[in-house]
Amino acid sequence: MWVYVGRRLLLAIPTLLGASVIVFAMVHLAPGDPIAAVMPAESSAAEIEATKRAYGFDRPLPVQYLVWLQRVAQGDLGRSIATRRPVILDVRDALANSLVLALSSSLLAFVVGIALGLLSAFRQGRLLDKLCAALAVIGVSVPHYWAGIILIIVFSVQLNWLPAMGAADDPGLLPFLRHIALPTVALALIPLGVITRVVRSAALDILNQEFVTALRAKGLAARRVFVHVLKNSAPQILTVLGLQFGFQLGGSVLVESVFSWPGTGYLLNLAIFQRDIPVLQGVILVLATFFVLLNLAVDLLQTLIDPRIARH
Amino acid sequence: MAPLAGVEAATDAVAAVPAAPMSYWRTVGWRLGRDRTTLAAGGGLLVIVLAALLAPWLAPYDPSAGSIRLRLAWPGTPGHWLGTDEQGRDMLSRLLWGGRMTLVAGLTPVLVAFVVGSALGIAAGFVGRTTSTLIMRTMDIFYAFPSVLLAIAISGALGPGLANTLISLSIVFIPRVVRVAESATVQVKGLEYIAAARVSGAGMGAIVRHHLLANVLGPILVFASTQVSLSIILAAGLSFLGLGVTPPAAEWGLMLNTLRQSIYVNALVPALPGLAIFATSMAFNLLSDGLRDAMEVRG
Amino acid sequence: MTAPLLRARGLTKHFPLRGGLLGRTRAWVHAVDGVSFDVNAGETLGIVGESGCGKSTLARLLLRLVDPDAGTVTFEGEDVLRASPSRMKRLRRDLQLVFQDPYASLNPRLPIEDAVAFSLLVHGTPRGEARERARALLGHVGLDPRMHGRRYAHELSGGQRQRVNIARALVLDPRLLVLDEPVSALDKSVQAQVLNLLQDLKAERALTYVLISHDLNVIEYVSDRVLVMYLGEVVETGSAEALAESPRHPYTQALFASAPSMDPDRRMDRPPIAGDPPNPIDPPSGCRFRTRCPFAMPRCAEAPPPFVSVDPGHEVACYLYELTPAARG
Repeated sequence: MWVYVGRRLLLAIPTLLGASVIVFAMVHLAPGDPIAAVMPAESSAAEIEATKRAYGFDRPLPVQYLVWLQRVAQGDLGRSIATRRPVILDVRDALANSLVLALSSSLLAFVVGIALGLLSAFRQGRLLDKLCAALAVIGVSVPHYWAGIILIIVFSVQLNWLPAMGAADDPGLLPFLRHIALPTVALALIPLGVITRVVRSAALDILNQEFVTALRAKGLAARRVFVHVLKNSAPQILTVLGLQFGFQLGGSVLVESVFSWPGTGYLLNLAIFQRDIPVLQGVILVLATFFVLLNLAVDLLQTLIDPRIARH
Repeated sequence: MAPLAGVEAATDAVAAVPAAPMSYWRTVGWRLGRDRTTLAAGGGLLVIVLAALLAPWLAPYDPSAGSIRLRLAWPGTPGHWLGTDEQGRDMLSRLLWGGRMTLVAGLTPVLVAFVVGSALGIAAGFVGRTTSTLIMRTMDIFYAFPSVLLAIAISGALGPGLANTLISLSIVFIPRVVRVAESATVQVKGLEYIAAARVSGAGMGAIVRHHLLANVLGPILVFASTQVSLSIILAAGLSFLGLGVTPPAAEWGLMLNTLRQSIYVNALVPALPGLAIFATSMAFNLLSDGLRDAMEVRG
Repeated sequence: MTAPLLRARGLTKHFPLRGGLLGRTRAWVHAVDGVSFDVNAGETLGIVGESGCGKSTLARLLLRLVDPDAGTVTFEGEDVLRASPSRMKRLRRDLQLVFQDPYASLNPRLPIEDAVAFSLLVHGTPRGEARERARALLGHVGLDPRMHGRRYAHELSGGQRQRVNIARALVLDPRLLVLDEPVSALDKSVQAQVLNLLQDLKAERALTYVLISHDLNVIEYVSDRVLVMYLGEVVETGSAEALAESPRHPYTQALFASAPSMDPDRRMDRPPIAGDPPNPIDPPSGCRFRTRCPFAMPRCAEAPPPFVSVDPGHEVACYLYELTPAARG
């Protein structure tokens, strides 16, 4: 099994490197002079020269990449064109905020999703199942940014219960919860739908296996069957949980911009609007790294639960 | 040729001739026809697609023409059934024309991904170890990004515009199709009828054409159909962020963005474009669910 | 004496087992090791052995579905393994294979007459003619094309599917047919039908068969000569009667003795072979059967025993039968 762990770790490295190549290439994909992509328009000639040498724009492309990679490894993600601040600082703060939102939304999606999925599977064919399935399809089909807007319309504009914007100004748990409530729900909808469907399908597969039917016929307590189903569907469920958490980190872009939540998504939105490529690169690289490590963790966790997977 | 003397005709098990045996695809069609939910979803989708296609004839107004006097009129206003947007443009017309954009931006990347992804995936599964490793490891790199981020990364670099959106979304979906295609191909490749075809002297091309494709395209198609709704949401999402279609073009995601500020004035009109996205996305999901159920090989 | 139709010499195939951190090869599966035999025109050569002895790999080697690590296969004097692609295509008409699993060997999306006709299409027969010939052949093997021609594999029973496989193998008019466990997946009653069909076809078309099976009854029923395989190697060859009457190799003896019998006089108290079949990944040194052989001697571990002729046409690879230096002289 440790061989599998080692192999997975090794595999993650070229994936990360490949991702970094793509991020690096963004600057050169952009139309126009790459230097314009990293420097504000009104920079002096001296500043441009200095940046050119620092980034190595006059050197061949592979060398540029290595120079950039080295800087990234040391934590230097460049400077924002708009604010002139180091990207790494803004990204760090934003990442913290996004993680909070992603975690809270994941909690909601996972708990409700798994509950609905299991409920659906154990009551297959009955009204409850059809209801849950319908809810799941709705969840998967709804554009979360639109859902956010609707939530704002209903809860902020019409009912005035919950705030529409941003992180809380006042400290304290209640203001925090009030501010995070709507974005959490909006972000959780799609993962909720996906998780419900996957959990239902995985649980059904196991429930319909012949030996489970045999066990139930012998009168095995419902609770034991339940535990058995849970244990055996755990790997599949874990995979989808990991994927959806990643989706929420990325998908938060849209929800955060609706709610002006000061996370990485908001930063990305701003960077897109201002064509601030260093910030774009920094945020995407950090998020991608996070995602790869997350997938790695999920894979390894799965192996712990079900060693058969490791026999690749 | 008459049966050999002494050879008993194989009449065991299977009963006397029933109605003409149904080919696989006809069975699929038959199953689909009996599934009411799928039929309803298909019908709804047909309405949406037709409305979008016939927009030039159905739309009562020019989608870009608006008068500030009439801005943010509520649905039900005479002359403007679905109200007007923040620039006074008729919502119904913009929704109809916007549908064309959204549908194109949603369907095209999946179609491209289906063709390119299938080709790459089948090659990876069928040709050999080096090709397979090359293709699959390259796809893994794209998998390092959540789909939304990848779309933003590429669109962010390329810039706004419909063409760039199509390119970036295609790149998002191709790796997924490749994975499914490779997996299906590897599974079929190991089956003995492929070996039998080789023993008959068939070359790689003939085997792929006659034996592999028919058995592999089914699962790939089902998977592709599940991605359409995501593609629509992403395409509209990109426009929402300012990366997709640019104003003054009508596109549902873009409309959602520009109408966002107006929710304090008129709560209903801003909800409409999102409703359209939602309805279309849901119809595709139900349809693909039905397709998957109908295509399940039984027996 | 005419030259043999098919000649295999020194066929060897080892499969790598990959594992470890970088996917390096950790061990080799010795599927087939130095197998040599002749097949004469018009005869049926039965190859018998337990699962894991390499029979299926051998079948694939003979038909060049898999490339061997060493060895040659000659058909009518022509080297099969070095044939050019165009020459190979021509050779494919002469050498055909009937597969073991009747279900997996048919494309579920093709009606059976198209499945049979495909081979003809590959070799350039026009579509209409190919279909006609396919339908005729299906009728010949006992499946009325009017009833079954447009059916799909999943609508047929196991025995019927195997008939389709046979038709498909025969549609190109081959000279030699390799049959890999052709009846193992069928019920006993159906087995007899299919075996009889094979016998009739062989007589009618002057075919040569190489029939592989783990079932001794099947082998005895159809074979003229028999080849016994153990763990990738040939241990004994001879005519079917000779082997049935006086099996020489301890493994062959055990095989024949362990065939279950309804005759109370022939029932056994103890199983004739002890232990499990060893792992082809790390075969025993010297004679591979020595770990289960009741007659094992110290020298069996030193080197693999050479073939010794105990009777004309009957050869054994076992130190028990080693001729004394004087007799060998």
